Amino acid sequence: METRHVISVLVENKPGVLARVAGMFSGRSFNIHSLAVAPTLDTTYSRMTIVTHGSEQIIEQIIKQLRKLINVLKVQDLTSGDYVDRELVLIRMKATAGKRAEVLRITDIFRAKVVDVSHDTITVEVSGTQSKIEAILELLAPMGILELIRTGTIAIPRGKKKPIPAEEAE
Amino acid sequence: MKIKGAEILLRALKEEGVDTIFGYPGGAVIDIFDTLERRFPGDFRFILVRHEQAAVHAADGYARATGRPGVCLVTSGPGGTNTVTGLATAWMDSIPVVVFTGQVPTALIGNDAFQEADIVGITRPCTKHNYLVSRTEDLCRTVKEAFTIASTGRPGPVLVDLPKDVMQSKAVYEYPKTVDLPTYRPTVKPHVPSLRRAAELMLKAERPVIYAGGGVISSGAHQELKTLAEMMGFPVTMTLMGLGCFPGTHPLSLGMLGMHGTYRANMAVNNSDLLVAIGARFDDRVTGRVEEFAARASIIHVDVDPTSIQKNIHVDVPIVADARQALVKLIEILKKKGETPGDRDKLKDWHSQTTAWRSEQRLRFDRTTETIKPQFVVEKLYELTRGEAIISTEVGQNQMWAAQYYLFDRPRTFLSSGGLGTMGYGFPAAIGAQVAFPDKTVIDIAGDGSIQMNIQELATVGQYKLPVKIAILNNGYLGMVRQWQGLFYDRIYSQTDITHAPDFVKLAEAYGAVGLRARTTPEVEPVIRQALETPGPVIMDFVVEREEDVYPMVPAGEPIKNMILV
Repeated sequence: METRHVISVLVENKPGVLARVAGMFSGRSFNIHSLAVAPTLDTTYSRMTIVTHGSEQIIEQIIKQLRKLINVLKVQDLTSGDYVDRELVLIRMKATAGKRAEVLRITDIFRAKVVDVSHDTITVEVSGTQSKIEAILELLAPMGILELIRTGTIAIPRGKKKPIPAEEAE
Repeated sequence: MKIKGAEILLRALKEEGVDTIFGYPGGAVIDIFDTLERRFPGDFRFILVRHEQAAVHAADGYARATGRPGVCLVTSGPGGTNTVTGLATAWMDSIPVVVFTGQVPTALIGNDAFQEADIVGITRPCTKHNYLVSRTEDLCRTVKEAFTIASTGRPGPVLVDLPKDVMQSKAVYEYPKTVDLPTYRPTVKPHVPSLRRAAELMLKAERPVIYAGGGVISSGAHQELKTLAEMMGFPVTMTLMGLGCFPGTHPLSLGMLGMHGTYRANMAVNNSDLLVAIGARFDDRVTGRVEEFAARASIIHVDVDPTSIQKNIHVDVPIVADARQALVKLIEILKKKGETPGDRDKLKDWHSQTTAWRSEQRLRFDRTTETIKPQFVVEKLYELTRGEAIISTEVGQNQMWAAQYYLFDRPRTFLSSGGLGTMGYGFPAAIGAQVAFPDKTVIDIAGDGSIQMNIQELATVGQYKLPVKIAILNNGYLGMVRQWQGLFYDRIYSQTDITHAPDFVKLAEAYGAVGLRARTTPEVEPVIRQALETPGPVIMDFVVEREEDVYPMVPAGEPIKNMILV
């Protein structure tokens, strides 16, 4: 059975590393649904968040093949634990004066932000999980989306939920 | 004191213990070649090949024969692109090779300069790793890393691209003794509880088979494999890459398995209840239809590369480790359990079964013909070299007959492109082996098709007086493809007739080598004898039966028990 996996890859921040990772996926016919990459706090490393689909055996191969690349430090399949993931979308809507209120009402509900307005368009920024993004897009679509820019998913494992001893909590 | 990049490079190679470099000069590497001549006379044996592809195959042959990384030095652009087939060959067979390519000066990179190619981009998928050195200061560390990566873990080729200005600029020479690569830590120590589970399965097994591959050779585990097999009484089958890792003449040897494996090896694997895979990767040419491969067996898989495990087949006991370290520990565990060959009575039935399969279907061919049978040539080569030659092969029927009829008792004596199946590999590989072992008999078993893919290297063997012997099994066909066309494509021999060929005897002579020809069976032995007695390079042109096929044969994608027999 094919399932969606969010894989977090810590790589050396060096030229060519993205090509190595992308090339491994294409060369072995693995699919990349989305990929986001940027340096970490320690700028000698970058974090890639890769969303992919595959059977259990394929996902195992993807993870092993990633680990085998010389520039890869750490590979984590976040899907196997609890994690938070987000996508960011910029949506430009057709919104003449009459329609603007309706667009704003929906963006409010989704806690989206207006980042640009013109006479006949309005551009909003919204972040959230994939399903939240899908939901707002579905509601906005009938009003006329002019353009849409979407980042890949980024994800982070949730912090450990151990109870904190009383004195430390204060 | 600062010295030029070219000098740093060559000093670093000396420090790595490199004694031989295969290569070809050009504009982008002219500084290195100049420094080689001026500053390092006599420090390296430089073998000037006649095509860069041959340089990589020769370095690969050197590496397979010695166990040490082979080294190449070629120029930018076409010099680099010509190494791609050699790199891909070494990559598929896990052979440690380090290739240095020239590159245009850093300021010109990306400008489509003369003889510029993005060789790091081109070779990324067919190297274990590759580098573009952009500063002379990085040179020492990069060379150290390149050799470390090429020769550890699962070995493989590494390419280092050297811009011309990096070779001309100066830096301080500080060669690191070791390198620490936090992102590269191959697992070589076995997980002991897994080995214990493996030992238990091995003690219970009634129809066990050891399936040994090239990993046994690259980790130097042949002695341990022999100890294990003898102590447990387990029969051993080898992959093409594994030939020589267990003595071919040993009573426990089943020979090669797979598409052109022996009947007994394939039947044994098919009927086994335990398969112990060591340094082998369940390639499609070995497994046939994978769902039916050793379907009733528990599988133990020892491999240093985690990606090889659970890739093609489900295994019950995965062990990620260096084959030698795993076998040493496994033998220790089994010994503690007090296992001796005497306890192995329960394997008696299994042994008589494998013997029965052997007598049922031996490798065989018609021995009564006047026309030369190619198998007979290989058999005679085996006999007349007493099995002690280093054999390289080209790819196709010649390769399979060499694998079937020459019994290899020692590792590193069979050099063949298994994974990539590179025609044109055998001759340059033989050159590499001959350079490493000038006093040994080195024979390239070739076809008339393959040999023409790197025939220009006759000039190289002439120049360096390398006594490589080439045995061409000349059937005027691209024989293996013709065999498939015969069996599966209604005998429509589309583009496989290559009767228009040079006169190989005259060709040898044109290059200053000796050419000999045999047209009938009785002429085979005298030709081989004469070739072996000739001190220099020789081409033996054996005009063989045109439409001889390689058997047994498992049609691609079928279970390995479905063998087409003679």
